[in-house]
Amino acid sequence: MAEAVIQTAIDVAKREGFKKVTLIKISLGELQGIEREIFDSAISELLKMQGNVFVNTKVEVNIVRTRFRCRACEHEWTFKDISETLDEGVRESIHFIPEVAHSFMRCPKCGSPDFEVLEGRGISVTSITGEK
Amino acid sequence: MQDPRTSIIEKRLQNIKRVIAVSGGKGGIGKSVTSSLLALALSKEGYKVGLLDLDLSSPSDHVILGIKDVMPVEENGVVPPEVNDVQFMSVVFYAQDKPTPLRGEEISDAIKEILCITRWNNLDFLIIDMPPGIGDELFDTIELFKKTEFLLLSTSSKVVFETVRKLMILLQEMRIPVLGIAENMKRKEESFVREVCDKYKLSFLGEIRFDENFENAVGNVEKILHTKVFKDIQKIAKTLSKQIV
Repeated sequence: MAEAVIQTAIDVAKREGFKKVTLIKISLGELQGIEREIFDSAISELLKMQGNVFVNTKVEVNIVRTRFRCRACEHEWTFKDISETLDEGVRESIHFIPEVAHSFMRCPKCGSPDFEVLEGRGISVTSITGEK
Repeated sequence: MQDPRTSIIEKRLQNIKRVIAVSGGKGGIGKSVTSSLLALALSKEGYKVGLLDLDLSSPSDHVILGIKDVMPVEENGVVPPEVNDVQFMSVVFYAQDKPTPLRGEEISDAIKEILCITRWNNLDFLIIDMPPGIGDELFDTIELFKKTEFLLLSTSSKVVFETVRKLMILLQEMRIPVLGIAENMKRKEESFVREVCDKYKLSFLGEIRFDENFENAVGNVEKILHTKVFKDIQKIAKTLSKQIV
């Protein structure tokens, strides 16, 4: 995922003609369970490998809590509400493919498998700022 | 807002020479058997082959090939296991044997996620087992793989061909390469599929005979290699490998 973020920053820098990328803002959804320490360290290592355009680039990470809504009964709940009921193997599967949450979770109120992730699904790059 | 997955997907697929999607629009026409055996046949021809089961709601290639007790290995993404010399990836590794009911955007997200994490070896062929339908998975495959070639599968049923025809028109409209049509579950001599290929200026890729004993070979590759179905798909594999795209 860190590689994907840096590749996005490289693509945007090229497209926008940035001589320096000053700030990368990232949003991390709780559902994907990315370990912050490992992610930060991977980002920082990858940035070092990119040369002048990415010297002194700041990275801001915003963690977004996961909220679900049942499409059948409209009940809303958070990942925190149910995460303790999921074993480690299931959490790891959701980490790789967040959509498999639909294999292991049901609406806590009505039991429906038809629910949506309102926010906090995965990773996105919210902005990339640079100097031309 | 940028989706970082699209940047990395291109990189993940850059060492794959040819991507062949086995599709037909309709369910139950043998896409999974054909995809799985095509991957095996190409591998027996000496090619480096990957097989991607893109049927998220009912993945079955692992059942056909008897793949169990293996998992992708996590290493800067995940490296799919190689079974019978075919590198294999499926949502089943993560959803296990549970149903995975997904709607539109969720299907696209799952496909992007799979492509984003999967680190394929250098491959001559990646075979994609397409799910039924001409919606999300079809458009995602075309958008994300860029160089997909389609192998269309039909039977001699007019009901099946009606959907194949629509898929064919759609692909031609979008200028997506169609390698041709193969006729599956061939039971009788006369068939309109070959004639239809002439009409639409498409290659007829061959016939796959109906084999009532095939079910007994499901899950056992050694047995599969001796079936009529495999022998017929082997001929199609030889034809495909000679095609220059």
